[in-house]
Amino acid sequence: MTAQEARLCGLLLREHFGEVVEKIGTHLLRSGAQNLRTIVNESGTPIDLVKKSLCVLMKHGACRFSIGRKGPGSPVEYQASCERILGILRYPRYIYTAKTLYSDTGELIIEELLQRGHMTMSSIVKMVADRLTHNMEEGRSIEYNEVVSTFSKLVETHFLQRCPPVSEVVPPVSTAPTVPGAPAAPVSTGPPTPESFSDCYLVPSVSLAGRGKRRRSGEDVVLDQGTTKKAKTDLQTHGDEGIYWQVNFERFHLHFRDQTIISAVASKLDQTSSEIVRTMLRMSEVTTTPSASCTQALSANEVFRSLPANYSISRPVLDQYLTLLVDDPMEFVGKTGDSGGGMYVVNLHKALTNLARATLESVVQEKFGSRSARIFRLLLRKRHLEQKQVEDFAMIPAKEAKDMLYTLMSENLVLLQELPKTPDHAPSRTFYLYTVNQLATARMLLQHCYKTVANLIDRRLFETKESKRLLEKSQRIEAIMASLQASGAEPEQLTEVEEMISAPEKQQLESLRHHINKLDSAENQVDETIFLLKSYVASTARITR
Amino acid sequence: MGGRGRGVAAFSFNVEALGITRGSMPEAMVGPRPLFPNTESKPVPLRDDEGEAYMLALKQEMRCTMQRLPHNIKPLAAKADVERYKERYNKQKQLNDEEWTPDWNLYPKELRPQVKRTRTTKPAGIKKPSAKDAKDVLNKLEELEKNDGAEEEKSDDEKPKTKKTAEGEEEEDLEEELEEEEVEEENDYIDSYFDNGEEDNDDGDDGEATY
Repeated sequence: MTAQEARLCGLLLREHFGEVVEKIGTHLLRSGAQNLRTIVNESGTPIDLVKKSLCVLMKHGACRFSIGRKGPGSPVEYQASCERILGILRYPRYIYTAKTLYSDTGELIIEELLQRGHMTMSSIVKMVADRLTHNMEEGRSIEYNEVVSTFSKLVETHFLQRCPPVSEVVPPVSTAPTVPGAPAAPVSTGPPTPESFSDCYLVPSVSLAGRGKRRRSGEDVVLDQGTTKKAKTDLQTHGDEGIYWQVNFERFHLHFRDQTIISAVASKLDQTSSEIVRTMLRMSEVTTTPSASCTQALSANEVFRSLPANYSISRPVLDQYLTLLVDDPMEFVGKTGDSGGGMYVVNLHKALTNLARATLESVVQEKFGSRSARIFRLLLRKRHLEQKQVEDFAMIPAKEAKDMLYTLMSENLVLLQELPKTPDHAPSRTFYLYTVNQLATARMLLQHCYKTVANLIDRRLFETKESKRLLEKSQRIEAIMASLQASGAEPEQLTEVEEMISAPEKQQLESLRHHINKLDSAENQVDETIFLLKSYVASTARITR
Repeated sequence: MGGRGRGVAAFSFNVEALGITRGSMPEAMVGPRPLFPNTESKPVPLRDDEGEAYMLALKQEMRCTMQRLPHNIKPLAAKADVERYKERYNKQKQLNDEEWTPDWNLYPKELRPQVKRTRTTKPAGIKKPSAKDAKDVLNKLEELEKNDGAEEEKSDDEKPKTKKTAEGEEEEDLEEELEEEEVEEENDYIDSYFDNGEEDNDDGDDGEATY
């Protein structure tokens, strides 16, 4: 948990949950696991606000509680999770993926779940049905069953999972000190993952019959009086109380990883090769563990049978494509045997490594020019080179090569390795070799990405604050316009209201909107790089463990 | 050290091995670097296809929605002496129909808020020094408990009575401080919030992304 990550987490918490939660969250991130009293004392916030913030953070999975370190008698400790908070950046991507896979219903389910942390199935279904009905035209509404079927599909493909049940190992606070020596329930060494529970992907049988309700604006005034009272006394249990569902981010990440590999193959080779790789990945979805470095071996015969129907290529052509894929320097596909027409695997780890390397090279190229990029690529491939060798291999004149190397060194992209010839390390008798460490450079770039996103958010908040008055004015005018239109006003009144904003102000608003859209869009796209680099670092850490 | 005369730059090893000659060093930095240095190469333009546009819209809507949900906790703003008209106007915009009561089974018990106790009589018995009989103190506490019994039905969850007395005895000191704050936060956790429908003239602002 670095300074950049902490800063970014703080900004994300502030934007989505408010300043109080931001303060508590950053405090927890910086100081590790703490109990309630310490948090209250050190952060200086009133205790009830602290309690509320902790509830909010836990509902969204950003914080978890566990028994204190001193044993069963000590107070409960809370720990915030940096990764989960950084995942907020990726919410739009999750929702968009759900939309492409399961259309609007799936999109709304994921969106509601992301906004509220975790919910029971019945409440999700009702909310989504109401929202869908609201967007449809008059007279049509959506059945709960349709939403339930989409929900079940999401659970089957493991995009949604149950929240792990909270073990009642936490003793009540008041009776704690009285029994110091009594044996307590076994303390779990680490947080239980949701998948360690067998019912993780079991959809409960729930009796949900009905249709989505359309919220009519006129009736709200009358209805709400009734429903607020009714909702509290209306204990409409559907048989799934206490079973909460959350989004399974790991599954989404696997999906993103597969998508990245497929699109890389498509852009490097062609569409048909990417379809072949997509088929192979789809076939090995269930057989490959998430942390594997390559998929299970598939024979060419199986691949041929499972190709989608509209890609009718003949068997020899498929073999040629597979050979091409194997020979490609990016090493996406590897051949592990000859039985069954050839056994092929998709090299997940190697693919991630190569994609990360391509990202690094591209960064160097955009920042320092193509000749520096050439030196960088050279050093990546040849590992250690002397000054003279760099000049020769890169075919760049000595002076410029020196300059570029020193620029790269000052940015910590290139390192200098000393190789002494004599035990006294005399400089005249030492080799000085330039080298690039891919993993370290990737980590460094990852931190730069976090800093970038934090700066983008900062700038966006600054721009919004600068033009706050103008934005409020435009919002008020829009509200007036909307209410006028709803109550049926004449065009003259509308134009009169419109003219309350002058032309230069409109221009200013336009440019402000443009800036903010650009900053937001940039955040989304930097997040893709963050995902790739983080997957590479995590995959390497798994391999070398 | 040889060669250190008159500010002449000299290194303790033979620099020619690195390929640096005397004349090719850049000049020394004077002072801090500029805050916004010139970049020779401009960044590549952003991708602008419909997927990106959709995700942009999603992001802005989500930000807007999450700021209106009850999860978004506003700091306790000090009430101004004169309630400005703007405040009443702003209050109408909040999503008041979604009170958030967490499922207390999932969270540690210490996070539940204290139920506000009605102090019908100021517990003078507790304040006075221990000249008062301990029994009277206990009797008073039982009375208060009975008053609480009526109050408790209003709250969502049933807490065990014994736990409450235990808690009550421990945390009485804090309760007075907590009380002022609880007056304001009563709306969030306790059922007796009454929505008189005044705030429901919401315009169709929901579709607009606010910044």
